[in-house]
Amino acid sequence: MASFPQSIDNVLRIFAGQNYICGRDLGTVAFLALNLQKPLFLEGEAGVGKTEIAKALAAGLGRRLIRLQCYEGLDAAAAIYEWNFSAQMIAIRTAEASGNTDRGALQSELFSQDYLIRRPLLQAMEPHDAGPPVLLIDEVDRTDEPFEAFLLEALSEFQVTIPEIGTIKAQEPPIVILTSNRTREVHDALKRRCLYHWVDYPTFTREVEILQARVPGCTAALSNDIVAFVQELRGEDLFKNPGIAETIDWARCLIALDAVALSPEVISDTLGAVLKYQDDIAKIAGSEATRILNEARANLAKAS
Amino acid sequence: MSAAQELRTPTEGRFVQNIVHFTRALRKAGVQVGTAQLQTAISAVRATGFSNRFDYYFTLRATLITRPEHMDVFHQVFFMFWRDPEYLERMIHLLSPLLRREDQTEKKEKAANRRALDALTDNTAPSGELSSKDELQADAHLSWSQNEILRHMDFEQMSAAEATAAARAIQQLSLPIDPLLTRRLTPSIFGRRPDARATLARAIRRGGEIDRLLRKAPRKRPPNLVALCDISGSMSVYSRMMLHLLHGLHWSPNPTWGQVSAFTFGTRLTNISKSLRKKDVDDALASVGQLAPDWQGGTRIGDALFRFNRDWGRRVLGRSVTPFRCLQPKSPVCREAVAVLSGSTHCCAGRSSRPKPQESKRFYRMSMNSCRVTRSIVLVI
Repeated sequence: MASFPQSIDNVLRIFAGQNYICGRDLGTVAFLALNLQKPLFLEGEAGVGKTEIAKALAAGLGRRLIRLQCYEGLDAAAAIYEWNFSAQMIAIRTAEASGNTDRGALQSELFSQDYLIRRPLLQAMEPHDAGPPVLLIDEVDRTDEPFEAFLLEALSEFQVTIPEIGTIKAQEPPIVILTSNRTREVHDALKRRCLYHWVDYPTFTREVEILQARVPGCTAALSNDIVAFVQELRGEDLFKNPGIAETIDWARCLIALDAVALSPEVISDTLGAVLKYQDDIAKIAGSEATRILNEARANLAKAS
Repeated sequence: MSAAQELRTPTEGRFVQNIVHFTRALRKAGVQVGTAQLQTAISAVRATGFSNRFDYYFTLRATLITRPEHMDVFHQVFFMFWRDPEYLERMIHLLSPLLRREDQTEKKEKAANRRALDALTDNTAPSGELSSKDELQADAHLSWSQNEILRHMDFEQMSAAEATAAARAIQQLSLPIDPLLTRRLTPSIFGRRPDARATLARAIRRGGEIDRLLRKAPRKRPPNLVALCDISGSMSVYSRMMLHLLHGLHWSPNPTWGQVSAFTFGTRLTNISKSLRKKDVDDALASVGQLAPDWQGGTRIGDALFRFNRDWGRRVLGRSVTPFRCLQPKSPVCREAVAVLSGSTHCCAGRSSRPKPQESKRFYRMSMNSCRVTRSIVLVI
């Protein structure tokens, strides 16, 4: 039996060791997912670090990360298993040529493990040397409803049924993390089998911590400026609010441009790193950016 | 079962009972919690222990809540149920309008409170745990700041003549639409792709002889329908009939549409899709009447449509393209709707859109360039 962290503090320490700063709420959910062996369903806006959680957990526990990127039309053949059709054809031809037409023998040979191509879900069910792997099912909302139904069996029983072979059950259940951007409501049947967590935008202090952990070259003054501006931006009525990923990208851009502090000119030059919709950029660029910057600085001064 | 025996061990005190009661309180507040979730919650609490109040909160939240919009309700019910004295004080503070007006600093928190209290008081049966229900209602009433006329429309039972007229209208008003090709495949003799698995299975049945290549073709499915229904004062009779139509489309014995989502808009936008899923048309309409607070009020179309774009567009329209059809395309409502929505889908789909005249006189259609995979149709009525 693989060992799991015994307390929430240990889980938080593992995340911190991977430079992933998170609150106690996320720590609690991750601890429960590990201990109760239930899948963890993470939902939130794009760029708040959902995928990173899986990566940090895999690296922190020293497990293999198996990633299944979802897309429309994803089916069992691409997600669970597929038969190696061409190899089966060759085998069937050989059997025919050699006159060996015993049906039972042919069937058991053709549908043996040798002809099975393993896809991520099946790989995750198999035993691994380092312990059960972390299975990341990324952006579940991008698939359609039929695929969610495939997942139900895999996630509640940790087993996969292949009609020709039978049921393959994981000896030790993998650590499953599902993420969703909520472009579509995922069915309740799937959510109920999981522990649910809504990943929200972080508070000011936490975002500064994240920024300093991820971009060590960023000075304290600049990171305060950046985070205050981005936080102020999230209060505006935008089509897509900037996530933490955008904050980090922006900080890297500013460092590459040798900026020591934010100014309206620098902001308008680099706004594309923070806002990804033309409507949003047009709304914020110019005098609006100056106003937001001033407000952010005023808030900073008030807080300190 | 051993789990049930475990739950009854006397050393644990009454925590299982308390969690069960708490779950019942949540259900009364409108959060759907299943028994399996309750069981998970109990084992989760056992795993985390009682050492930390925050851990307890987060543990219950992770196991009992599956939607972000329920988080606020959970927060309120949690603190009300586990008797936080500070919270009760805050409630008293909130209930006094004079005190509240002076207090400007807690503005944000109050907004969240109001939403949660709305959720607690709406459609809530009286509950033992929530004994302060009366006061809560008063608060929700007092803190209502907008000057809208919010009238709940009381749908009466339909008369027989009305029902038959509606049924006939629904039968006649079919909204014909071509099915969509999906990326999933189904066996077909006219298909263009080989079905390796079926071919092999057939070959094995015939002792290894491959006599025919079986094929498969993309499966078809009906597109989803998103209906935006104008329920402002001038449209009342009309929109009522439209709700009949939508209900009929959802429950049609031979459906030409996939999922039917419906929104009403007058002064505000309300998602009524869940109400339409009630089988009985009277029940469905009564539930819509309760849900939508702005029957026969004024219209604030641009605002409602903007909210649709921002809050729901990405969730109900999917990522791909959205042609619009408007009944009565010349009406100002539809013009505005098309103008606002075309801007949004442009954002949603990330593609350019251009209005194009449609074959039928009654329909106005906007189709997107290169829209091969249409997910849903927006119908503005």
